[in-house]
Amino acid sequence: MNENTISTLPPNPDPCLNVKISPELVAQHGLLPEEYDQVLKILGRTPNLTELGIFSVMWSEHCAYKNTRKLLRLFPTEKKDKDSIGQVLVKAGEENAGVIDVGEGWGVAFKIESHNHPSAIEPFEGAATGVGGIVRDIFTMGARPILLTNSLRFGSLESDHVKRLFRGVVHGISNYGNCLGIPNMGGDVYFDDCYEGNPLVNALCAGILKHEDIQRGAATGVGNPVFYVGPGTGRDGLGGASFASRELTEESTADRPAVQKGDPFMEKLLLEACLEMMAIPDLVVGIQDMGAAGLTCSTCETASRGNSGIEIDLDLVPQRETGMNSYEIMLSESQERMLVIVKKGREQEIKEVFEKWDLYAAHIGEVKEGDRMVVRHKGVVVADLPAKSLTDESPVYEQPATEPAHIVDAKKWNLNAVPELPEKSVESSLEKLLAHPTIASKRWVWQQYDHMVMSGCTVEPGSDAGVVHLSIAGIDKRLAISNDCNNRFCYLDPYRGAQIAFAECMRNLACSGARALAVTDNLNFANPNKPEAYHMLKECVKGLADSCSFFDVPVVGGNVSLYNEHGDGAIDPTPVISMVGLIEKAERVTRSFFKEADESIILLGGLPYELGGSYFLQTEYGKKEGTCPNVDLNEEKKIQDFLIKTIDSGNINAAHDLAEGGLLVATAEMLFEKPDLGVDLTLDSLGDSNRLDALLFGESQGRVLVSVSKDKKEDILTAAMQDGLPAVLLGNTTNTGQFKLLVEGNEILDSPVNKLHKIWSEAIPQKMNHN
Amino acid sequence: MKVAILQFPGSNCDWDAEHAVKDVLGVPAARIWHKSHLPSETEAVIVPGGFSFGDYLRCGAIARFSPIMNDLKSFAERGGQVLGICNGFQILCEAGLLPGALIRNDCLEFRCVNQKVKLENSNDRFNPEEIGGELILPIAHGEGNYRLKDQTLEELESNGQVLLRYLGNPNGSINDIAGIRNEAGNVYGMMPHPERAVETYHPSLDGLPILKAFLKPVLLNSSVEVSAL
Repeated sequence: MNENTISTLPPNPDPCLNVKISPELVAQHGLLPEEYDQVLKILGRTPNLTELGIFSVMWSEHCAYKNTRKLLRLFPTEKKDKDSIGQVLVKAGEENAGVIDVGEGWGVAFKIESHNHPSAIEPFEGAATGVGGIVRDIFTMGARPILLTNSLRFGSLESDHVKRLFRGVVHGISNYGNCLGIPNMGGDVYFDDCYEGNPLVNALCAGILKHEDIQRGAATGVGNPVFYVGPGTGRDGLGGASFASRELTEESTADRPAVQKGDPFMEKLLLEACLEMMAIPDLVVGIQDMGAAGLTCSTCETASRGNSGIEIDLDLVPQRETGMNSYEIMLSESQERMLVIVKKGREQEIKEVFEKWDLYAAHIGEVKEGDRMVVRHKGVVVADLPAKSLTDESPVYEQPATEPAHIVDAKKWNLNAVPELPEKSVESSLEKLLAHPTIASKRWVWQQYDHMVMSGCTVEPGSDAGVVHLSIAGIDKRLAISNDCNNRFCYLDPYRGAQIAFAECMRNLACSGARALAVTDNLNFANPNKPEAYHMLKECVKGLADSCSFFDVPVVGGNVSLYNEHGDGAIDPTPVISMVGLIEKAERVTRSFFKEADESIILLGGLPYELGGSYFLQTEYGKKEGTCPNVDLNEEKKIQDFLIKTIDSGNINAAHDLAEGGLLVATAEMLFEKPDLGVDLTLDSLGDSNRLDALLFGESQGRVLVSVSKDKKEDILTAAMQDGLPAVLLGNTTNTGQFKLLVEGNEILDSPVNKLHKIWSEAIPQKMNHN
Repeated sequence: MKVAILQFPGSNCDWDAEHAVKDVLGVPAARIWHKSHLPSETEAVIVPGGFSFGDYLRCGAIARFSPIMNDLKSFAERGGQVLGICNGFQILCEAGLLPGALIRNDCLEFRCVNQKVKLENSNDRFNPEEIGGELILPIAHGEGNYRLKDQTLEELESNGQVLLRYLGNPNGSINDIAGIRNEAGNVYGMMPHPERAVETYHPSLDGLPILKAFLKPVLLNSSVEVSAL
């Protein structure tokens, strides 16, 4: 690289930007020397500072997926069965969000996105703007947002710092989402030491739209005007995308300006104004939100998708601070802004809509012939780049991968090394599990979210899946949503762990009476340049891709968040899976709670026998070890098909899958909506492990508890047998308020349900209210 | 159109209210933008929930200056029926159409729960005999802690202006007050959301008798057939 080469563009009107592009400056922008060489080759000259900034954000991991693009190609992006519902209308990566068909001419757009790094530094704003960003991705597609969920991961709640992060994140999500008036159906929250200092905040939004109303983020039609809508640009969030593509360090708090500040009221206005504008026939040609990399990303991506050139003038960009230079304006990540391309000659129509909502709609440029993205400031060209070089020509890496030693050890693990659990300890073991924040009630979280606005909430948070009625679209269908990822399994066996996350998510939908349609995933991983971390990333992606193919449930979009490390520690691999499903009929909506006394309780899938990776090992011995439970996708399919079929026939009162904590925790959770009920369970054998702990607390996969009315139990047991599905009658519900359990004739448990309920429901509030 | 549902920037329960009134109860209703006028045929007004003007300054403090509030005030003065729900209640208090103020919940957090409330014997429309004594209604607010000066509170209580009281106070409201009416009996305000309790998949159907009671005078002299009433 020749440091003395000068840019062939005229000098920038702001003298401070006319600096030599040194190797240090390149490094500060997160570009490797070979990446910079590629920039030189593309341009045939040295970039100026504004252009370097543009390459830096567009080629960051956050925008370019340079370490994951090859892996992501493993995901199926459409359905193999072309006759089934849920066909993909807009595929992953094509637009701001994927869209699937839900019948009757309607589609659902949905996507998950991370805001991990900002939330680690500034939890309230970080989480809030995470919600804002994903909501914009959805309404950009032309969809009316109808639900939100979040997947959250924090360190141990014993730490005051973690409590501050947890409270801040929940408040941020609550503050932003509630103001928008989009129901937040909860999601999942896990607590594990590996997230200390690097919490995960993944936000999902789903929206509904008519097939013909799907909008595209493409700048087409030479001469069409380009509008900037939303509030003015400030210096906040400068280079946020690059920030998110680095490891967090002690000095990261100095990056606080890279965290954006959200204004949910502004977003609500923007949402309504954009939907109103898009409802005007043939007005909007293309639309894209200004999220990561703000004005830069939206201009080059729309031009690239439209195979056009684009030219903008920064003097016309509304600004809320004075003296901003071209570098700052192009890289700002100020929130709640959109780029809109409309038909030439119809400028007045867009202006009128935005005036009604007291917002700016500034005409900042137009679509051009060719393929260049040209940026002017104060009458001077300050950037002139081929748009596609930014979006399509970023480097792609396949990193070296090494299987970490702990994974090799986990496969060799011997259950006999764990001492046998005495019968008298079962009660205290159960109580410890119920008090673990990952398992304990999350009401403290979701009662801060308005989950009932829009009048669609059909199954509130706390059941296996959240369900919203699609009344806003005027159709009598329900959308079910579930999020899942148990990091412990992904750490011990990334391939199986990802399969488990997928299978459990889908099982949760089946337990709710929903048929799975499609997936959005959020791949949260550590630094991919470390071979052990890259191995885990690769294996998780493979496990997930294989599961998607097996079940014919495509991935329609998602997000990758790498470099989730802090100090000496890295997070466990956390490929968060979110799946949407459809429930056609009201009577099929199934919840995970016993309804009354005298229901028969049946365990489908066989007695649990594996203890590896379980929460029991954590709460009892403080260990994250063992062989990850077996996954058999054929068996998984069998149990899910059986569930759906039996729910359709109206024979299931409640269904709940066995997950963290195993059989006893799952049974207790089914009691907790009506703690006056009780259960009498009898197990005649210890099952294959011949161990009490593995039977009662093991986390073997593909197990579901169902309750059915007494007169149906024989039919259901017979039907399961005919399908080759193991099914055991465990007992029945009672009105005693006692949790009773006999194993091989010995009384193991006789606990008041109220006492267990209190432990479970107060665990998180107690920690959060006393500090 | 008989029922006008006001729409301010930041309103977000306007669709819900319209759905409950129009689709569920079958009463003609429309959303009216805050910069326009109340249509002359308006027979009742619902000020819906949400975050009008982002709750900036104070909840409802900016909405009270919206152009449509002049029409609303004269409509109320003429005896027109007005119901404020959640943020709508806050707006009516700020506008002086109802007494008191709503401040931050005492738990300092937003609360979205299915709330048990007790219906008071307030007037010939709002009383346990007409509606039922105990109801389950959704609440969803961060600022529903009702406050009133001692003397005015005594007046409110002795006039029977309290409509609803919380059973298990979620926000610190004085005297557990969840909803009130004005002295004349034509302006109503409540924090719970009756429009979110009208469908079989909702937590209860207890919103229906509340909305029917509010709309009763309008519909008694109505030519519209309302099967739900």
